[in-house]
Amino acid sequence: MAETRPTSTDQDISEALGERVRRAAEAGTPLRIVGGDTKAFYGRPVEGETLSTREHRGITSYDPVELIVSVRAGTRLAELEAALAEQGQMLGCEPPYFGANATVGGMVATGLSGPRRPWAGSVRDFVLGIRLITQDGQQQRFGGEVMKNVAGYDLSRLMVGAQGTLGLVTEVSLKVLPRPGARHSLRLEMPRAEAMARLAEWGRSPLPLTAAAWHEGALHLRLEGGPSSVAATRERLGGDDLDDSFWEALREQRLGFFSRDDARPLWRLSLPHNTPSLDLPGVAEADLLYDWGGTQRWLRSDLDADILREACARAGGHATCLGAREGAGQADPFMPLEPVVEKYHRALKAQLDPKGIFNPGRLYAAI
Amino acid sequence: MNILYDERLDGELAPTDKAEVLADLQRSAPGLTLLHREEDLRPFECDGLAAYRVLPMLVALPETLEQVETLMKRCRALGVPVVTRGAGTGLSGGALPLEQGVLLVMSRFNRILDVDPDARIARLQPGVRNLAISEAAAPYGLYYAPDPSSQIACSIGGNVAENAGGVHCLKYGLTVHNVMKVEVITIEGERMTLGSEALDAPGLDLLALFTGSEGMLGVVTEITVKLLPKPETAKVLMASFDDVEKAGRAVGDIIAAGIIPGGLEMMDKLAIRAAEDFVKAGYPVEAEAILLCELDGVEADVDDDCATVRTVLEKAGATDIRQARDEAERALFWAGRKNAFPAVGRMSPDYYCMDGTIPRRELPRVLKGIAELSEAYGLRVANVFHAGDGNMHPLILFDANREGELEQAEAFGGKILELCVEAGGSITGEHGVGREKINQMCAQFAPSELTVFHAVKAAFDPGRLLNPGKNIPTLARCAEFGAMHVHNNELPHPELPRF
Repeated sequence: MAETRPTSTDQDISEALGERVRRAAEAGTPLRIVGGDTKAFYGRPVEGETLSTREHRGITSYDPVELIVSVRAGTRLAELEAALAEQGQMLGCEPPYFGANATVGGMVATGLSGPRRPWAGSVRDFVLGIRLITQDGQQQRFGGEVMKNVAGYDLSRLMVGAQGTLGLVTEVSLKVLPRPGARHSLRLEMPRAEAMARLAEWGRSPLPLTAAAWHEGALHLRLEGGPSSVAATRERLGGDDLDDSFWEALREQRLGFFSRDDARPLWRLSLPHNTPSLDLPGVAEADLLYDWGGTQRWLRSDLDADILREACARAGGHATCLGAREGAGQADPFMPLEPVVEKYHRALKAQLDPKGIFNPGRLYAAI
Repeated sequence: MNILYDERLDGELAPTDKAEVLADLQRSAPGLTLLHREEDLRPFECDGLAAYRVLPMLVALPETLEQVETLMKRCRALGVPVVTRGAGTGLSGGALPLEQGVLLVMSRFNRILDVDPDARIARLQPGVRNLAISEAAAPYGLYYAPDPSSQIACSIGGNVAENAGGVHCLKYGLTVHNVMKVEVITIEGERMTLGSEALDAPGLDLLALFTGSEGMLGVVTEITVKLLPKPETAKVLMASFDDVEKAGRAVGDIIAAGIIPGGLEMMDKLAIRAAEDFVKAGYPVEAEAILLCELDGVEADVDDDCATVRTVLEKAGATDIRQARDEAERALFWAGRKNAFPAVGRMSPDYYCMDGTIPRRELPRVLKGIAELSEAYGLRVANVFHAGDGNMHPLILFDANREGELEQAEAFGGKILELCVEAGGSITGEHGVGREKINQMCAQFAPSELTVFHAVKAAFDPGRLLNPGKNIPTLARCAEFGAMHVHNNELPHPELPRF
């Protein structure tokens, strides 16, 4: 049987949430869905009645041998990670918190992943199933607590990163991973171009890499795996020891680079592996931090959004503006969609949320 | 069940006139290969689910995207359904034609467009064979991870449509985890890019939605996949057990030891014997079950893990444990497993392959249930199991020439799938719903959930012209089928007519 871990704070308020949604749909009242409210900056501001998932919390089933945990949306991410750590397991996507109150629902809604992402996978890669309240207030279940399931459309993964615009996610089943047997972080001084060339070369060999960031003239690496391979790779690469806490500081944007004293907007550039420097006008080396082996680049810049997005699009990627990381969102953080793709975004929204009650405008004005 | 499209249950289709549609397509898409004579259509009447056959009205074999665009636009204008087919190896009848529809065969789009070893991606046309991707990537030390058993023949376009798996899913994921971008042509003939060569794309994750959508939302015309570095080494252990349940528990023990094997497969006695007769893999024919456990990665770690797994298997009561001595023996161990289906096919005139998934802990209970059903139906079952990820492939042995046996096998299969759903699993792990499991969808999903699926479909194909009758059943079909998902003992949708 699945091991269930009730705690004193566990509660199931899905019926009440369903009723709220049903009434909102009836009255045509938009809802602003909130968990820990730690990631409001990642999206457009939403005008609507606040609907909090915080009281809908608790791990509903966790069987470490199955590598699957099911957890209610309002559960604090810290609580989930602590329960997994007790069993020697972890979330493979290494999600950022941006605040102690971060919830599982917020992780799923934003789909944000941490430094391990290029090697282990993103939030959506670990989602196996969801419980969802749809626009009619009905409780629905998609996917499930099995590793492989191709019955019906993949609505579970569709909800990841949808920012609550298609329905209210109340529970999620996730694949979890065993914690690696050994870990070592190191720092190698080298110019950016050399770091990128090395990463491309290492990418083609089975090195036990699980994080790689270039910043301030040095390549930062994390090795994880069996004790033997981590030790051997450590010997081979050399470099200076790096405290493992670097990765949490990077993930939570606590490094000096992300300092709020810098008034320029913060941009996230998502680019294919091995994309050369974009040579953006007026951008100095110190304005960039390369994470995810160079596929996620942070930029501090006043550059015109169109120029920046155009350069990313040419390279096969896109750019997101995170502005100042506080406050209730900003004008248009996400790259505009191609017209045909936008047409089907609208069609899907119209089908799943015809009254426009779920976080309207959070992703794009029309969605 | 009657496998053929039933307008009463599956929805009305507009009447079509073959001569008129043919003339229209010949006129509007010059150069498009169109087959219309019965003898030319015959090879396309079924996919890998060969028990079910329907002659399509027309077969289109386009070679350019412009032809696909035009075909879609004309079919939409004429109200003609379009069923898309790749290599035709699917096991759930997802490419079963419609007699009043066009079968769109993508096999001529068979070029590998680009392999970029530094970015570790390959850009492919949909007709490229799964195995050909890894072959093209091999000179760079890279490979494409998902490896369905049919990988010699199946195409990447079909893999995307079905979200195909293989024997390495627990560690390396399904197709959805390994595809980065697809180019799509919609039913309106528009071109659309989903996903990106970067690790994410703006907007909703329509790439995930399209993967496994069985050709119901659009036609995939190009695929960009992720390539992985080949593991430095792979070693395989074979453990014998005198009891199936012990083998099942050993699977959990390996995972509990913190090890994620590259592959973890289980076979029962009948499957072992069939495979051994066929391949001579050196399997222990007296064993009740065997486990094949492959460990891959960096040499030093793999050696450590082999030692750990060996200890775990011993503790779990394995009667014999063998490690493949070299690459040749490793290949031989796998050959037995990869040929299990045709091996079983030699034991019986026909077999029917199921694809349910279950939480691993439910394995003993479900195997017991299958054994009981086997007795009740008087049909033998060989069990092949992707044990690591909970995906079962019971193979029901029967003889279609015996009156009523096919129907018995189907009924038996349906019961197995319902057993999987009851155990908290799913009716399909990797083969897809297609036409085959359309009725069992009613057991897995409540009517309100099916309604959400219909809403998704309506966003992309409101006229229901793409692969109608597959993947998602109508509520009318579920009402008739009877094994309806019942919540709180209340009959859902009492207002629906029940035939």
